[in-house]
Amino acid sequence: MNKRAYPTWFAGGALILFGVFVLLPSVLGLGFAFTDWNSYSTDVNWVGLDNFAAIFDPSSNYFSAIQNTVLFTVATIALKTVLGLALAVLLTSGVRRLSYLYRALIYLPAVLPMVAVGIVFKSILNPDDGMLNLALRFVGLGGLAQQWLTDITLALWSVIGVDTWKGAGYIMVILIAGLLVIPRDFYEAASLDGASSWQAFRYITLPLLRPVLAVTTVLNLLYGLRVFDIVYVLTNGGPGYATSTVYTTVFDSFSLGQYGIGTALSSVFVVVGLLLSFVVLRALSRSEET
Amino acid sequence: MHPERLVRAAINNLLASGAGLIALAPIYLLLTNAFKTKLDADAMSPALPGSLQWDNFTTVIDQGRLVPAFLNSALYAFGSTILGVLLAALAAYVLARHRSRLHRVIYGLLIIGIALPTNYVTLIKVMQVTGLIDTQIGMIVLYAAMQIPFDVFLMYAFVGRLPRELDEAAFIDGCSPIRTFFSIILPLLTPVLLTCGVLNILNVWSDFINPLYFLNSSDNWPMTLSVYNFFSQGTNFSSGSNWALVSADVVLSILPVVVIYLAAQRWILGGWSAGAVKG
Repeated sequence: MNKRAYPTWFAGGALILFGVFVLLPSVLGLGFAFTDWNSYSTDVNWVGLDNFAAIFDPSSNYFSAIQNTVLFTVATIALKTVLGLALAVLLTSGVRRLSYLYRALIYLPAVLPMVAVGIVFKSILNPDDGMLNLALRFVGLGGLAQQWLTDITLALWSVIGVDTWKGAGYIMVILIAGLLVIPRDFYEAASLDGASSWQAFRYITLPLLRPVLAVTTVLNLLYGLRVFDIVYVLTNGGPGYATSTVYTTVFDSFSLGQYGIGTALSSVFVVVGLLLSFVVLRALSRSEET
Repeated sequence: MHPERLVRAAINNLLASGAGLIALAPIYLLLTNAFKTKLDADAMSPALPGSLQWDNFTTVIDQGRLVPAFLNSALYAFGSTILGVLLAALAAYVLARHRSRLHRVIYGLLIIGIALPTNYVTLIKVMQVTGLIDTQIGMIVLYAAMQIPFDVFLMYAFVGRLPRELDEAAFIDGCSPIRTFFSIILPLLTPVLLTCGVLNILNVWSDFINPLYFLNSSDNWPMTLSVYNFFSQGTNFSSGSNWALVSADVVLSILPVVVIYLAAQRWILGGWSAGAVKG
């Protein structure tokens, strides 16, 4: 009866849309990655590993884009997790009154479109009359005022900072949901046994929160690797290539008509994505079992 | 209360309100400057406006062509959500109920999509070949396809928690699978449909990269693209940038998202406790 009651064609619509617009481009990309496909000629020639050699040449812009993306991803994972966790603990056990108001406020940046966020921060980080430098000068820390978005070593960190401002609340909300399911008795028993609040955090909260932390890490990871909007609006990859990421570089090579190399870079990414999807599956199914 | 605990409570509240203020500050800047004159808004200062320039809003609605952009955003967000959620629910229902080898393979394939980064260069090709590039229907179909993996994942777990007897009884009574799905299963899926729907509407409304690749004609632009365009034109005005107008434009563009967020908060948070914590 299963076959007739639950016909496979019910999944057909989802499968067709998914196949054509999600799976097919990835598979096609793997093929085109070995060609010189571009907008200048109609011929598409096999070039073997040339595109990949260009991408993994340590002196190339492509390689620095990969490095920037990795740094961005690692830094935002660390910052958002630490901040999100600190805020989650603060708002579930430190603060009672107004806790919901704080939560709503801190989560708000997460729902704003990145483009809007980028435009505001472009003004806030303006070196001459931006809010940040004005505030630093106002409190007598004018020496710390910087060329936030045009300094080669600083620009990427400014982008990371803005992204953390937007994303920490989102991680906080997920972690709060995780904290609330930890039974209060555990903490009462620990405090009866004379455990300090640090010990309670270290030996009760952290281990029990692990599955949720795995989820937030994966979410941050997937987001970080695909970062585009905030870089595009704040710096467009500059100064030079100091903040270019994989997705901004793919966009550039697409604009220049260099489809072959763009698709090769994307394909490296797709392979990484597939490996990661395996990690996602593992992390998610493990949290389902507990 | 113990003095030491009082001090600690005060510090905690100070920290929390500090974090709240930092989260709110940029939004405050946008709001105040949206009401200023061009001159006053020049430095995007936090000072309150001298007089409220309501004209800023009518100006940007007109110059920034916000009304068609708003309608496009709404069309993409709601159109793709209805299509995607319906297809995902149909799929999740049969895949979760009848876990044959084939169905497990289909489920696994769909779920891979959650982590698969988009290859935009070849996706352009696909959009060209299917004739969907630079069309409104194309954006709807594309956004529907992109949300399906995550929707199927959330709904699959939800269907698994519905009692099987419901649809089995309907089947034995001679109900067709389609009727069983629409009159029995779909209503029971309401909470997860709303969660998926709200998350997708917010995602599509904020999305920037897809319109940037796939929409050339400004007639089809959603709000994100028209706001960005207004901003980059604005900074090139011969007389310097007009931050008052840019702020007004950005405020109007984030208004719908904030309204949706406030109205649907419950479903977003519900989605997290269902999706992230319980799996």
